[in-house]
Amino acid sequence: MNEIALLLAATLASGTPLAIAGLGLLLNEKAGVLNLGAEGMMLVAAIAGFAAAYYSGSDIVAFAAGAAAGALMAAIFGWLVIWLNTNQYATGLALTLFGGGFSAFVGVDFAGKKLSDRSPLNIPGLSDIPFIGPALFRQHPMVYVAIALMFAFGWFLYKSRAGLVLRAVGESPESAHALGYPVRRIRFFAVIAGGALCGVAGAYLSVVYAPLWVEGLTAGRGWIALALTTFATWRPARVLLGAYLFGGVTMLQFALQGAGVEVSSQLLAMLPYLATIVVLALISRNPVWIRINMPASLGKPFHPGS
Amino acid sequence: MLKLEARPQPSKAMSFASPLIALVLTVILAALLFAALGKDPLKGLGVFFVEPLNGMRSISEVLLKSTPLILCALGLAVCYRSNVWNIGAEGQFLLGAIAGGGVALWLTTEGISGSRGIYSPLVLIAGALGGMVWAAITALLRDKFNASEILVSLMLVYVAQQLLNYLVFVPWKDPMGFNFPQTKTFDASTWLPALLPKSRLHWGFVVALVFVGIFWSFLFRSWRGYQLQVGGLAPAAARYAGFSARTSLWTALLTSGGMAGLAGAMEAAGPLKQLTPHVSTGYGFTAIIVCFVGRLHPVGIVFSGMLLSMMLIGGELGQSRLGLPNALTGVFQGLLLFLLLACDTLIFYRIRWKGAPHAVVPPAVKPATPTTAKEGA
Amino acid sequence: MLRLELVSISKQYPAVKANDNVSLKVQPGEIHAVLGENGAGKSTMMKMIYGAVRPDEGEIRWNGQPVQIRNPQEARHLGISMVFQHFSLFDTLTAAENVWLGLDKSLSLAEVTQRITKVSKEYGLDVEPLRPVHTLSVGERQRVEIVRALMTNPKLLILDEPTSVLTPQAVEKLFVTLRQLASEGCSILYISHKLDEIRALCHHCTVLRGGKVTGEVDPRTETNAGLSRLMIGSEPPQLKHVQAHVGELALELKGLSLVKQSPFGTSLADIALQVRAGEIVGVAGVSGNGQQEFMAALSGEDTRAPAGSIRMFGNDISNASPRHRRKMGLHFVPEERLGRGAVPTLSLAQNTLLTRTEAVSKSGWIRTGQVTRLAADLIARYNVKAGGPGAAAKSLSGGNLQKFIVGREIDAKPKLLIVSQPTWGVDVGAAAQIRGALLKLRDEGCALLVVSEELDELFEISDRLVVIAQGRISPSVPTAQATIEMIGEWMSGLWPRDGAAPRKEAAHA
Repeated sequence: MNEIALLLAATLASGTPLAIAGLGLLLNEKAGVLNLGAEGMMLVAAIAGFAAAYYSGSDIVAFAAGAAAGALMAAIFGWLVIWLNTNQYATGLALTLFGGGFSAFVGVDFAGKKLSDRSPLNIPGLSDIPFIGPALFRQHPMVYVAIALMFAFGWFLYKSRAGLVLRAVGESPESAHALGYPVRRIRFFAVIAGGALCGVAGAYLSVVYAPLWVEGLTAGRGWIALALTTFATWRPARVLLGAYLFGGVTMLQFALQGAGVEVSSQLLAMLPYLATIVVLALISRNPVWIRINMPASLGKPFHPGS
Repeated sequence: MLKLEARPQPSKAMSFASPLIALVLTVILAALLFAALGKDPLKGLGVFFVEPLNGMRSISEVLLKSTPLILCALGLAVCYRSNVWNIGAEGQFLLGAIAGGGVALWLTTEGISGSRGIYSPLVLIAGALGGMVWAAITALLRDKFNASEILVSLMLVYVAQQLLNYLVFVPWKDPMGFNFPQTKTFDASTWLPALLPKSRLHWGFVVALVFVGIFWSFLFRSWRGYQLQVGGLAPAAARYAGFSARTSLWTALLTSGGMAGLAGAMEAAGPLKQLTPHVSTGYGFTAIIVCFVGRLHPVGIVFSGMLLSMMLIGGELGQSRLGLPNALTGVFQGLLLFLLLACDTLIFYRIRWKGAPHAVVPPAVKPATPTTAKEGA
Repeated sequence: MLRLELVSISKQYPAVKANDNVSLKVQPGEIHAVLGENGAGKSTMMKMIYGAVRPDEGEIRWNGQPVQIRNPQEARHLGISMVFQHFSLFDTLTAAENVWLGLDKSLSLAEVTQRITKVSKEYGLDVEPLRPVHTLSVGERQRVEIVRALMTNPKLLILDEPTSVLTPQAVEKLFVTLRQLASEGCSILYISHKLDEIRALCHHCTVLRGGKVTGEVDPRTETNAGLSRLMIGSEPPQLKHVQAHVGELALELKGLSLVKQSPFGTSLADIALQVRAGEIVGVAGVSGNGQQEFMAALSGEDTRAPAGSIRMFGNDISNASPRHRRKMGLHFVPEERLGRGAVPTLSLAQNTLLTRTEAVSKSGWIRTGQVTRLAADLIARYNVKAGGPGAAAKSLSGGNLQKFIVGREIDAKPKLLIVSQPTWGVDVGAAAQIRGALLKLRDEGCALLVVSEELDELFEISDRLVVIAQGRISPSVPTAQATIEMIGEWMSGLWPRDGAAPRKEAAHA
């Protein structure tokens, strides 16, 4: 029983960076911008956060550094894609490739270094409930931040006027422009905010989850976060659900190994990626569903005055 | 204030100039980065961009490393022109290495004697088929389930890496290999024949050049190539013309999968002569950059392939000669792609100086806030 | 005091001077038409008034004061509101949310919803605030646009070609609303190229041609010919009409039903139609009633039609691909030129290969010389103003590109030519050439099916007329026996069914 509680706890911890990055990408995509550079942003933020934590000893500084790194990279991407109208797919790829190289380069001095383990937050009373306590209430504060973010996003997107404007921009930037909304500035804001969140997720990985640095630490989580937005049909609550699902699958490989299952570790390591593929296939199957939920201008360039 | 103004027709001159401008800007930024790292900028640039061309041996290494890049990029060019965003060339490359290497391994362990004329092509064909099968998974999921080819092909890269790891750590591990994760060295009959004596350069390079010609004809003179490109440029026009999007999807993915797989098999049977977890140093991803810098054009790809191959070798030289981390190459390559995309805007837009408009009249008179009641006449 | 005055306004674009020293005078409570053909400079002028674009020279005066309108919000503050030709609506949001987005932040969504109900009753514009826009018909969407404009309490309302999506009866209703607005003191700028409407509705009219003002007249005292002369510099070109020599049955549709593919589309229901060689059948109808789906089913872009429902010269082509249909002699000119009829960034020569494959050898090799020669030939024969066969499709003006595409299909010597919106967005000269080419083709024995939202055009070139409404097609009527009123009623779905009395409920108009 205790193992299951621990598995649940690990699932929450493992899903949290996916959730935060996924929400950031959701913000991007609701505005109509597809940022394939998620993996690169997370990597640069991871090394930035790690370095910050290493030298300052403070988690807050680390998360701030990660957010700043993510936002900066997103700003470069945003400027190219929104103002120079470069191809969104190619530019996002460039961001990922650059981020991979840059993070490896900066991280050379930190390779293999470790930070001290972060102790989980013990909530008096709740943490001691049998089973639920260890499963849900002995987590790093970031786990709760992710959940709070989900509620905040839900309110912002569907109950506030600013969120309505954002969704309108994603639905039809031409109409929003004709009505006088600064479409490019709104998209730029969404891209930077999304990048900052991806940055926080990246810092979480290197400072709390691992907590160490190796080249390529994120191991594709940025891409899984991108798949998450499709899987969640662009709704915040479902992003979290999907994130925990993938976190769970990732944990599953360790649980299976620990249980003595006779499968090579390399084959088990394939699980999260295979799971992503399966889930993508199932969700994308219904084109009508996708058409109704997907922001209509996603991935398409916007030319004011055309 | 600088403003962008759309051109009525894309500028052909800028199509050629853009990669060159991007390269120049990259070099400038590289020099600045060297200075920031405390190294002499000119020395750094020399090591990265000039040394690799110094002498026959160096040049042969550049050509050698450019072979897988050119092969992969040719296939990717077909994909990207068709608007099929295959970014899993790395995975298809690995599967090609696995398939080709697997055949070579089998021939080696079975001890079947045979001539290189038969075995070598056999290994390469197996590689191409392996890459095609891997790409076919992506094609199938996009065709039948409408799943994004970007994400599926990318996920398959991670799966392919784990598959290769598994094979060289477990079933295919060389029992005489001191427990290192590597296979037996392949029998000489499966090796690719060398092109230049005393170098690692093999006939694969010539094969790559032949493919350049084939792909040029395919893209610019063949009916199928035309259909693929129209599908990429204007899907509604392709439907109007009656071009099958499904056929285009499968053609693009199988072609690029086959090319990447071929490149992978060449790496395994050419310079490496065995399988290890490090068959690819990210060729599949570097090929994406090669493809764009080469303007998605077969001839451009030859040049950009050699350029990026030079940067790869420059990175190795930088490590050994100047103590710079090898990861610097990745930084420069990423920069090059970014700058290229930025410069590409100039193909479609002109930069104009626009002064502020004539402020001859005072600004708008702000009326009272509109009341909610209807105003009388 | 004038409500709005434009004094010597000019605007230069890289390739063309869109407005050259134009002037405009609008009185309070006046309905003022801005007349001009496509490309005359009307939309540039409007963009400057409503803040999307800034003039290079000249002055704009509002209630006598000079103003600089830097963006649409400032225009709204002044009291200028615009209803676009191509709606600025968000499909997945409700009507109320759409209207809310068009207003400034001072009101809440709930208040806006209430006010919409009030305003729509006041002006007879039926709008349901809580319905998502994608469920609304085109006419209903226009009403949302108008309500949105009215809720800003405009002193000047600009309407850009508002009647292209309305039945004649709905046009009358709109005019009632506009006259009510004008009587309350709101000035109206009415942009159109439809002479009859301008003469029926407007108090004053400014005519533009080639970026310059060619006249300021009272349309109530002018004739169509007079206005036309100001608009295009001459009498409208007369087309020669020869009596149709009708031949064999080229196209037969029976039981053509097709479920819509997109959630925002229209299903086709039991369509029956016949087109014979040597005649032109015109399909009238307000946009959004299934024309897109109908065209896709006929062209082969949609191959799901029930077997036997589409026959060409007796052969069943219901599930055939576009290439196969072209081999049988069916050619199609789509309504979207850039992106569907032609690839924007490819050259004219390369664009011929979309539907003309004579230059492709059996082994799949393209003979580029032959392709270029075909394009050069089409450019010459159809008077296409272009920089040669190598010019990119998007560098041509709308009219010239349309001439090229129509020429490409006519030159293939089709037995059945289907054309959708042949002269939409095309200047009068090119439009006349295109219509002339279609008539010539029909005289040579080709069967033609023309879908158009311009009733005048259909009355001019068709031998027989049908109407498409809600995915259904009416029985056909010879053009000589049809009237605009009757067709207008049919556009609402009110045609006699199987000899029974006309249906009582009108379709969404």
